[in-house]
Amino acid sequence: MAVSFEVSEKGYYGKFGGAYIPEMLYPNVEELRQSYLQIMADPDFQADFEDLLKNYVGRPTPLYFAKRLSESVGAKVYLKREDLNHTGAHKVNNTIGQILLAKRLGKHKIIAETGAGQHGVATATVCALMGMECIVYMGEIDMERQKPNVERMRILGAEVVPATSGSKTLKDATNEAMRHWIQHPTDTHYIIGSVVGPHPYPDMVAKFQSVISEEIRKQLLEQEGRENPDYVIACVGGGSNAAGAFYHFMDEPEVQLVATEAGGLGVDSGKTAATTSIGTEGVLHGSKTILMQTEDGQIVEPYSISAGLDYPGIGPLHAHLFDSKRGTFLSITDDEAMEAGVKLSKLEGIIPAVESAHAFAALEKMEFKADDVVVVNLSGRGDKDLATYIKYGKY
Amino acid sequence: MNRINQLFEEKDSNLLNVYFTAGYPNTADTRTVLESLDASGADLIEIGIPFSDPVADGPVIQRSNEKALAQGMSLKLLFEQLDGMREKVKAPVILMGYVNPVIQFGIEEFCKECQRVGVDGIIVPDLPLQAYLDDYKATFDDYGIRNVFLISPQTSEERIRLIDEKTDGFIYMVSDAGTTGARKGISEAQLTYFERIQDMKLKNPRLIGFGISDHDSFSTACNYANGAIIGSAFVNSLSEAEDIPTAITNFVSRVKNG
Repeated sequence: MAVSFEVSEKGYYGKFGGAYIPEMLYPNVEELRQSYLQIMADPDFQADFEDLLKNYVGRPTPLYFAKRLSESVGAKVYLKREDLNHTGAHKVNNTIGQILLAKRLGKHKIIAETGAGQHGVATATVCALMGMECIVYMGEIDMERQKPNVERMRILGAEVVPATSGSKTLKDATNEAMRHWIQHPTDTHYIIGSVVGPHPYPDMVAKFQSVISEEIRKQLLEQEGRENPDYVIACVGGGSNAAGAFYHFMDEPEVQLVATEAGGLGVDSGKTAATTSIGTEGVLHGSKTILMQTEDGQIVEPYSISAGLDYPGIGPLHAHLFDSKRGTFLSITDDEAMEAGVKLSKLEGIIPAVESAHAFAALEKMEFKADDVVVVNLSGRGDKDLATYIKYGKY
Repeated sequence: MNRINQLFEEKDSNLLNVYFTAGYPNTADTRTVLESLDASGADLIEIGIPFSDPVADGPVIQRSNEKALAQGMSLKLLFEQLDGMREKVKAPVILMGYVNPVIQFGIEEFCKECQRVGVDGIIVPDLPLQAYLDDYKATFDDYGIRNVFLISPQTSEERIRLIDEKTDGFIYMVSDAGTTGARKGISEAQLTYFERIQDMKLKNPRLIGFGISDHDSFSTACNYANGAIIGSAFVNSLSEAEDIPTAITNFVSRVKNG
């Protein structure tokens, strides 16, 4: 029997997923689980979602044939321009969906976690749009590293609360958001920003992000006369942009799915976020997946030059893509990513987010045939990363 | 008979369950704290397995987890420390921890070690009922380890009945919506919740925890359940203790007698 990439009734992708949550969160998560598919299938909901994606976010985003990059790589390279979304990344696809869902569940307060601040900004944005109260948890260290995004959230009316426990980064911000949700179980919806967390979050976020691959299919048909590319390449931290870019191709075996993880200073350096290279099975933030951890089961703090990939796990769908060998997972070092980001800037006039630059670095590591059609998900723009580019300096 | 079941057969009111984090304040303190609690009259003792990401815990227990881990505490070391504890310790001992370290240790190996050193039960807040029934219960039962489930004010009656049916030990009543840690007193809304659960006439005994910090809150909780659980307030007192056994004797006496 063919391997399934659809989530099971109990919330599993193969052996990964589930909802490992304290009993105090059970009613919230159960409410969501029982209603999300029904709400998302409602024509009124779909009309609202599509209207906002079109008129507010600016979708569909272009599928752009990158001529000069293609000549350099030796294949037909298309860029899915998620960087052109309102707020500058794919994150907003999910926050628009979840805030509409929160409204239908009768919630009027929103919480979120953020690492680099992109999901926090996308959440603060939709909360402003809907007039909802918004609290974003962010690691104290990340707040220092990503000051402009902290101020963007504040301008948008959100309260940014520092996570001061543990390593004071994304995983701790997620812990704090979960604790807040435990304390405010009835009026608050938690907008998780990636395909992580307890079921139904991974599936719900993947479905909201699946607009990316839905558009790729249509656009590729128009431009290449075929719906399926040979390759789809996307970076993976938790994995939301990759889940969206892969979604409609998972059951199309001729499409190769390539996920790039942040290798940091190298997978053996102790300074890495390449989860599938050094991780093992475990449970974090509500789901069974692949994690960076010690023998004793303590979560190991990841490192990457890109704050958006700086997470010690991957979503359970990606763990299943990896485990079943449906997906190819590559590790890209900080330097390889920066080099690829500068190359894209010079060849195509597009400065990518450092996260997305990890996807472009895969082009340098893979062998292609001249007529291969390769889609790279350009998940975000590089404006937020200027300081990182300047520090890197080789341009 | 499991010591937890035996305890509730012998005594059904004013039971004091005290939580402390293994390897805190210092790695070598686990046995001292455990034995002092037992000697001071704690009826049940709950030992926290430190974890890097304790989402159900408030700041005091988080910090004790961080400190214990930084000093080298681990589950393996905890079982070494508990080796031979039954020569002295009479009270039921329960391990409280998150599911990931238990999975990494190995479920069967974990249960085997619990049985070997004389641990009677376990509380795993992020191991939900269904996953427990599907994948864990058979092994826990083989080794006679009781699994304690939490309920909160938001837990539906139907689910409480299900948890009661699947439990053999006691039910841990989380006192209100929140993580572990001290609060200011017990509110009217909490009392209504305590009464509602009391009226359900569950088959299992109940202990109330989260936000119980002193004699007043302990006594109030004991009016509505078989006893109560104190964690953060005790961990706080340990962090300030000059002499651990004396501090523990005083703490337990203050909570029980005011």
